Order: sequence, then C-alpha cells, then structure tokens
Amino acid sequence: MRAFGQILRTEAVLFLRDPSAVLVVVGLPLALLLGLGAIPALREPSPDFGGQTFIAYFAPSLLVMTLAVTGLTALPVTLATYRERGILRRMATTPVSPAALLAAQLLVVLASIVVSAVLVVVVARLAFGVPLPQRPLGFAVAFLLGTAALLALGLLVAAVAPTSKAAQGFSVPLFMLTMFLGGVYVPRFLLPDFLNRVGEYAPPGVQALLDAWTGTSPNPVPLAIMAVVAVFAGTAAARLFRWE
Amino acid sequence: MTTVIEVTNLRKRYGDLVAVRDVSFSVAAGEIFGVLGPNGAGKTTTVECVAGLRVPDGGGVSVLGADPRRDRDRLRRLVGVQLQESQLPDRLRVGEALRMYASFYRNPADPGELMEELGLGAKRDAAYKSLSGGQKQRLSIALALVGNPQIAVLDELTTGLDPQARRETWGLVERVRDRGVTILLVTHFMEEAERLCDRVAVIDSGRVVAMDSPAGLVAGVLPGQRVRFRPSAPVDDRLLADLPEVTSVRRHGPQVVVTGTGNLLHAVTSVLARHEIVAAELRLEQSTLDDAFVELTGRRPAE
Repeated sequence: MRAFGQILRTEAVLFLRDPSAVLVVVGLPLALLLGLGAIPALREPSPDFGGQTFIAYFAPSLLVMTLAVTGLTALPVTLATYRERGILRRMATTPVSPAALLAAQLLVVLASIVVSAVLVVVVARLAFGVPLPQRPLGFAVAFLLGTAALLALGLLVAAVAPTSKAAQGFSVPLFMLTMFLGGVYVPRFLLPDFLNRVGEYAPPGVQALLDAWTGTSPNPVPLAIMAVVAVFAGTAAARLFRWE
Repeated sequence: MTTVIEVTNLRKRYGDLVAVRDVSFSVAAGEIFGVLGPNGAGKTTTVECVAGLRVPDGGGVSVLGADPRRDRDRLRRLVGVQLQESQLPDRLRVGEALRMYASFYRNPADPGELMEELGLGAKRDAAYKSLSGGQKQRLSIALALVGNPQIAVLDELTTGLDPQARRETWGLVERVRDRGVTILLVTHFMEEAERLCDRVAVIDSGRVVAMDSPAGLVAGVLPGQRVRFRPSAPVDDRLLADLPEVTSVRRHGPQVVVTGTGNLLHAVTSVLARHEIVAAELRLEQSTLDDAFVELTGRRPAE
C-alpha cells in the first residue's frame, strides 16, 4: 500500500511536470470553450440547436475532446513509452508488480479527465449560462461509460503497440475519428445525418452526453455499446498486455 | 562456501531460436561471477532465468535455495536486478526514483546514503533526462541495491560508458561486493571481467565453453607468452626457433614476435646477446582474457 501510494504520487507529479499534457488535457477544452463563448452569436439561443445556444450544444464535444486526448493519446503513448524504455520490466524485478504502475497511470488519467470535465461544466455554467446537466445520474452514467470505453481502447492500443511510435500510429486515426464523430472538428449539426447517427453510437457517445445534459434520458443502446466496448477492449488489453 | 546461485543444464528457446542450449554454473556467496560471451550467446537470457523474468524450457535454476518462479515474491526482495537498457521517465528526479523504489522493500537502504555512496548526492534533484550516461548507470545500480539485496544481477553494466565512467563504475561494483553482496555480472568487455570477476563462465552459442578464474582461463587456453622486439641487425629465425623455450617465430614488418613458454625472455635475450644483436622496443606480452576469448569463441569480443 505504501508502495502504491509512492507510485501514484510519482505518476501524478510526472503528469503535472509535463506542461504539454496539462495544457492539452485541461487547458485546451477550456480555451476552446472560452474562445467560442466570446463570440456573442454563439451565446444566442437558436432553433438549429433545439432552442439552446451553440455553446450548450457544443459543450459535450469538449468532453469528447478531453476523453479522446487522454484515453486515446496520453494513456497509450505513456504506457508504450514505459514499456519501450524498460520501465515496466525493471519494476517486474522488484517485489511490486508493474500492474501497480499501470493502475496509478489510469488513476492519474481519470483524475485529469474529471478535473477537465468539471471545469468545462462549471465554466460553461458560470460564464455562459449553460445549465448544469439536467439529468445528473444519466449524465454520470454516460460519462462514466464513455470514459471506460475510451480508456479501454487506449489500453488495447498500448497492449498491441510494440513501441511508442507504433502506439502513436494506432491511436492517431482512432483519435481523429473520435474527435470527428464527436463533433469537435465540425459541429455535428453540419455533419451529414448518416455520420451523426454513427457518432451517436460510437464511444464516447456524444449524443447521450448532450441528451442527459439538456434533460432527455440518454438512449440506452449507445450506453450498452460503450459498456460492451469497455469490457471487450479491456479484457483484450489485459490478455495481450506485455511488460516488455 | 555457500552456493547462492545454481544453474544446471539450463535450456531456453524462443520459437525456433535456441537462445540457451546447455548452461550450468554455480556462484558462491560473496563472489563476483562473470557471464561472458559474444552478442547473442545467451548471456542475458541466462541471467533473466536467474532473475525469474523468464521460464526455462529445461534444466534447473536455484537462487538462495529457491526456485525463481515459484518463490518469486521472496526472491524479488533478496535479488536486485539491473537490466540492460532499462531507463526511467525523463522528468523523474534521482531522489524521487530512489525513494519510490525504496518503498517497494521491507528493509530498504537509506536513499540519501545510497546516493552519497554512488556519487549521486549532488544530483538528488536532477531530472533523469539531464544525467550523463555514467550517472544514469549509477542510478540504475542504486535502484538494484536499494532493497539491500543479497544478490545483485548486473547486465551490461558499462556498455555505452566512456572509459573514465567505466572505471568509476568498476570501483563501485567492488565496493558493493565488499558489503557482502554476491554479484552476477554479464559483460562482453574482457577488461571488465579481468578486473572485477573472481570467476567467469564463457558462453558461446548457448553453451558454457569455459569456466575458471580470469587468470586460470587464460593460462588454460593460451599458456604461452610472447616476446616482441625490433632487432638492431638481421636475425636468422632459426637461431630463435631452435631454442627449447620457443614454439614459433613470426615477423610483423621490422618486428620479430617469438612465442613460447618457460623463461622465454631470458632465452631470447641471451641468444641475441651472444650474436651482438640489440633488441630494441623489447616487450614481453602475456595473453589476456581477450586473447583467450577469441581462442574460445573464434570471435572478437564486440566493442
């Protein structure tokens, strides 16, 4: 337990010491929120967004961004680097299993996701009057499942990628796809209907987040899909993961 | 002497590649035991089996009387391992790394004292990335020692270090042994083995081809000595070759190289003096572990 505390502390310190990680995970979604919110037209309710403002409509995409950045890039690249540099292997020679390092890394990533998401929700509320998630339970479930699905995919990438370069190679397309379907690159109302339908069911379930945020019960099908992705990708990652 | 590591007829293959065919050796408590061999000879695989990182396909490994796989939890506390090409996160600081690794053990060494002892005291707050090759290697050794192990396995300890850093690291290994730690050292530097090891096993193509003290190994493989000189006047090869001590006479440009046994130097200089020939640049050369290694494996130890 003392050892795990030390590992967790070290991983947290290493994360905070990496300015680019903090900036991208926490800073970027917030900066985008503030930047878009500064445009008056985007704060006006519009029938395009079911009577909401663009900011309220776009906020779930910022959460998708946080999840994609952490789960699909930061996590797999860090773990693949740890393996590539023999850090996991070195730990395997000590009384502590390298699984502890993996767990600590996951907790740090989770913490950074929560901090980033809370900041987006709170700043959107305080600065731009976006109501807090109207269905808190549904929102929490959707967010949890979306996070679990993306982190599991990230772990799977870390498991199958032999090097950190390969991890980047695998995760970049996944990342771009997730960002695109999540409406980060192009707001979703501008995407063709077909892509919007795909985005609704693909992790991390941007539509479910939007629904729960604005007061509709999220559709259970995407939630079930994310749970299945989380379980399958997580199990495959655990089976395939190598310490060296 | 108590035997602390016993390897018997070890075998290990990766798919079609047989990494270790038949390796046996035993290491006594307090020894520095060297595992030597050309690249790809099976050295690292052998010590990885000792460290419990790999499961042998055949043969036995016993460390401190236990099986490294079945008793891995106990042995991980008693065996410190420094692996080849193991790094740390760039932004991790020296003191942090040692404190973290110390927390893995029940009865760890004091990280502060260890840093002082390994000459890392001034680097306590330095990031891993900023360390020199020698400092990284010393930190790696410190991490292998922080659990106060009874055995330290050091794999390719000085590869990539400059000669100065290499010598410092050797001094360090000797100090570690003086604290009573048994050391299993993998190396392909013959000078390192000659300087540090009490005994060495030379492994080639997955087998032990020789095992002895470094001096014993050289004497066993290449018992001869060489006298090398530049004669002041032409000298007839037969003059030297007829001496009972001489086994061969060769020429390297202006130099004559005489190989032989017994009191070779005296025999050669006497016969030269009788013919009023002065031997300039006279040198007596003993075979080194390097020469013995080439003789045993047919290969030069890779630099």
